[in-house]
Amino acid sequence: MDKRLERILPRVQKPARYVGGEYNAVMKDRGEVDTRIAFCFPDTYEIGMSNLGMRILYGVMNNMDGVWCERVFAPWGDMEQEMRRAGMPLFALESGDPITDFDIVAFSVGYEMAFPSILNMLDLAGIPIRSAERTELTPLVIAGGTAMYNAEPIADFIDLVSLGEGEEITVELVELHRQARREGWSKGELLRRAARLPGVYVPSLYEVTYNDDGTVREITPRDGAPRVVTKRIIRDMDKSYFPVKTIVPSTEIVQDRIMLELFRGCIRGCRFCQAGYVYRPVRNRSWDLCAQYGVEACNDSGYQEVTLSSLSTSDYPPLTELCDELEEFCTQRHVNLSLPSLRADNFSMNLMQRLARGRKTGLTFAPEAGTQRLRDVINKNVTLDELLRSCHTAFAGGYNAVKLYFMLGLPTETDEDVLGIADIAGRVMHEWRQAAPNKNRGVRITVSTSWFVPKPHTAFQWEPQITREEYERRVKLLREAINTKTVTYNWHDSATSVIEAVLARGDRKLCKVLEAVWRKGATLDAWEEYFSFDRWQEAFAECGVDPAFYANRRRAKDEIMPWSMISSGVTEAYLWREYERSQAALTTPDCRTHCNGCGANLLVGGKCDV
Amino acid sequence: MSKLRLLFVKEAQASYISHLDLMRTFQRSFPRTELEIRHTQGYHPHPIMSIVLPLPVGQSSDCELLDFEVTQDADGSGIAERLNTGMPIGLRVLECYPAVRPIRELVYLRADLELEYDGGVPDGAVDRLRELFARPALVIQKRTKRKDLADVDIAPMIRRIDLGSGEGVIRADVTVQAQNPGLNPQLLGKAVETYLPELTPDFIRVRRRAVLDDEERDFR
Repeated sequence: MDKRLERILPRVQKPARYVGGEYNAVMKDRGEVDTRIAFCFPDTYEIGMSNLGMRILYGVMNNMDGVWCERVFAPWGDMEQEMRRAGMPLFALESGDPITDFDIVAFSVGYEMAFPSILNMLDLAGIPIRSAERTELTPLVIAGGTAMYNAEPIADFIDLVSLGEGEEITVELVELHRQARREGWSKGELLRRAARLPGVYVPSLYEVTYNDDGTVREITPRDGAPRVVTKRIIRDMDKSYFPVKTIVPSTEIVQDRIMLELFRGCIRGCRFCQAGYVYRPVRNRSWDLCAQYGVEACNDSGYQEVTLSSLSTSDYPPLTELCDELEEFCTQRHVNLSLPSLRADNFSMNLMQRLARGRKTGLTFAPEAGTQRLRDVINKNVTLDELLRSCHTAFAGGYNAVKLYFMLGLPTETDEDVLGIADIAGRVMHEWRQAAPNKNRGVRITVSTSWFVPKPHTAFQWEPQITREEYERRVKLLREAINTKTVTYNWHDSATSVIEAVLARGDRKLCKVLEAVWRKGATLDAWEEYFSFDRWQEAFAECGVDPAFYANRRRAKDEIMPWSMISSGVTEAYLWREYERSQAALTTPDCRTHCNGCGANLLVGGKCDV
Repeated sequence: MSKLRLLFVKEAQASYISHLDLMRTFQRSFPRTELEIRHTQGYHPHPIMSIVLPLPVGQSSDCELLDFEVTQDADGSGIAERLNTGMPIGLRVLECYPAVRPIRELVYLRADLELEYDGGVPDGAVDRLRELFARPALVIQKRTKRKDLADVDIAPMIRRIDLGSGEGVIRADVTVQAQNPGLNPQLLGKAVETYLPELTPDFIRVRRRAVLDDEERDFR
């Protein structure tokens, strides 16, 4: 082990996250590989190791001959300080080597608040943060992940973006980079060739001009780059790689269990949900294959918990078959199955009872909005009756805790909608009184609200975020309306959501803001411990950028969105139609009931697997 | 039902695995064997498994012990090999056998200490340390479980100590009391810092070599 690291570790919190060596971490001989990849997650080990995409692509890249893909995570503040003091560059967990000289530095970016951490990790690695300052072929800095459906706020820092699911395109990119090195291409040549690969967006090949009012005037591709880059997907989930032999961290992580991915995409079409749009279309993995992967993954890792993972697991058609198939194994091996979230409309108590194996903790539902009108606006097709019926069944079955998630600041929200949330909590409590077999144990009802952030590639991409004052007023309104002790109300701190709203729909003018805020010390801004609203405000002021332009402005129908060179497969015309329906509080049926013609079906050759 | 004991090595990267994480790592490895760990009865059953003298994070050891109970009758044969197929780097089970001797018979701990001096070992340092550790009392400040400082005399807890020096390093072969109360060998460095601050090493490396009974024979 590196001597400097050995000296540092006794002084930092949770040193196990900086040493690697976990079971199933891939070790290769440096002499036998020609491509070194630093797979970076711009957040801590505990968060990054909980990311299934990271585990899939780690396996995919390490299955390539001559390629060694290693993991890199953002150090916590204490570790960063020690590393900088010791002059120790950011290193890869498997080999302990500095990533400065690696061939490819790849970031998995799932959320906007991780942007400052990308800059910080590059800097810690001794790599110039701006793409233009990196003139050599190596290291090539690339990025992918959900936040890259609008990569404009970090367009100046990354060389190229891989859009959509990475299983195939990553392999193609690694091969292209290998060819470039072998044949001695310039970096410019590599980027031009990469831009011809479907699903690759090279920001430097697009010139963006602006109108006087700050909106985008024109986006012009050059050197043969396509006008629109469409995301990549895996057509057949049964043929796609699943990490059966996966790294088992030696220290506790956030999702410390097997994540069994049942399907991709979502049939629902909630209008606020970016994942619901950008992961389309729905593609199921066969239940017998899921069962086999689940058993093999448990046997190899020793985990005793499996999450049945997807955007909406109760919508997996063969969910009962899968659970039946796994039941014997789970009983014999004391393995628990868990569901990430529940829909109140098709929630099956019978299934829950079986999954929970006698342990009745809490249930979580996400009605998202307080009135039926507003739930129709956002197309969250769950009714109050369905929710109350589900709660009734749960209470009757012995559950005595329910969590309810809502958003404040949804488009068209009125005070009546806000107060509707308190009303729902009251009704849920009433159901408990009616249904609970044993009232002595009491009931815990938790209401949580977050602040709606309009996201690109959704039906609400044209919508403003409400102002901070207005959000705080609505929180106060709700807080005062919830006055029973049994209902606990938690609300999300407002400042991060403002910045998230700015970055989510930002353009390239935000690159200088990001650099400024990072130079002022922003690193792990997804963490309350490190986030500073003042720092962001200073950076906006210094750069002459008005955050309200991005967060609180209503866009016109014909405005060119900064991310309009990116396509998730869902057409903008469809999004606009959904937006108009939302304004009329008209719902749209789910994809299984009726195809609504969003356009994503073309990605799989015309017909979705719903 | 059987009570079994594991003897295992914890070194390199694995020396940074904390006590609780180590318990989790072992729990996950048992499904590789046919053994079924006994669980406590109750609302939240947990496995009956305990690490005998938890090793401070960062130290290495050749002689860690883990006691556990299984529902079957078993003598532990073949278990070490199977457990080792699923371990992180630096964790290696040497033996699995019936836990016969009671833990209270574990009296001493033998460890190697390396005191590193980046600028070379100061002249006469070894002799001065010998003299230091021969004193009848060595009072140092130690953080208690309640997080405040307390004065502790560690001299009575040191059974023997042999010192030698190499390139930039002083090596100590120490035998200290293992429990009731036990002495963390790292604290010998604290004694140097307290009494001979000019000889404070830049870094101290600790490796447990053996756990011993009251006659200084290997405890198994």
